[in-house]
Amino acid sequence: MGEIRLEIPARPEYLSLARQVVAAAAAVEPRFRSERIDALRLAVSEATTNAVQSHADLGSGERIVITCDLDEERIEVEVIDRGGGFDPDELPAVPEPGDPERLEFERGLGIPIMRELTDESEIRPSPEGTAVRLVVYRSEASAERSRTDPAVDAPDADVRDGGE
Amino acid sequence: MLFDVTLKADPSHPSLTVVSVVGELDVATAPKLRQELVALAASSPAGVVVDLGGIDFLDSTGLGVLLGALKRARTAGFGFALANAEPQVARVFEVTRLVDILPLHPTVAEAVAAIVEA
Repeated sequence: MGEIRLEIPARPEYLSLARQVVAAAAAVEPRFRSERIDALRLAVSEATTNAVQSHADLGSGERIVITCDLDEERIEVEVIDRGGGFDPDELPAVPEPGDPERLEFERGLGIPIMRELTDESEIRPSPEGTAVRLVVYRSEASAERSRTDPAVDAPDADVRDGGE
Repeated sequence: MLFDVTLKADPSHPSLTVVSVVGELDVATAPKLRQELVALAASSPAGVVVDLGGIDFLDSTGLGVLLGALKRARTAGFGFALANAEPQVARVFEVTRLVDILPLHPTVAEAVAAIVEA
């Protein structure tokens, strides 16, 4: 288990760096599938975009902290901001794609994307800001095993599941 | 970060404009694409194809820009289509189900054909 900690200025031009660092951290474990790293890269970018926006809304000059905790089965990333915090349950629902109103919503997809692309996601708002925790397993099979038996640590999984 | 937007007339249908985007499309770069697409919509084009082949990353902000462009196209009555998305970019459209209203054509020629035949 290794942890990486990155602090970035809360500015859009640092998003690319955040994505690169998190993707490179996941790639340290060679069994992480590339589509899983792509999903993580996008989820982290969405979380960091929201963090940058929340600092901008407050005029905060504080940095955003991103931590990555990697083991051979999964990577856990936290994006921690010092913005105003928000309640994810109070966000307006985005209309279905077939709804004519859908075109009126150019924003609001970041959190649904984060939730869809990660195996676990958690948004923890507080008066000091928001912490977003994102977990991606190295493969679908690895994520499935964690859901069915979280206690099982399966370092020899490749033998059992055919070398995915 | 390299990011570039270029506009040119389609060789087979010169009244259509092909917008080629290169780089990562996120909140840092999306304003430039939005600016180009807004200006293009105001110039009464016969149709617009956005070539996504040079994009290796696209997030919800980028999706929002493309959705806004579709809305302007429908309001103004010109065709708008997307082409050439890499798999990781296409995945974002699929996850959000926006592929239902913003179809991804495999090539620019097919996107042009979809507009011409509409």
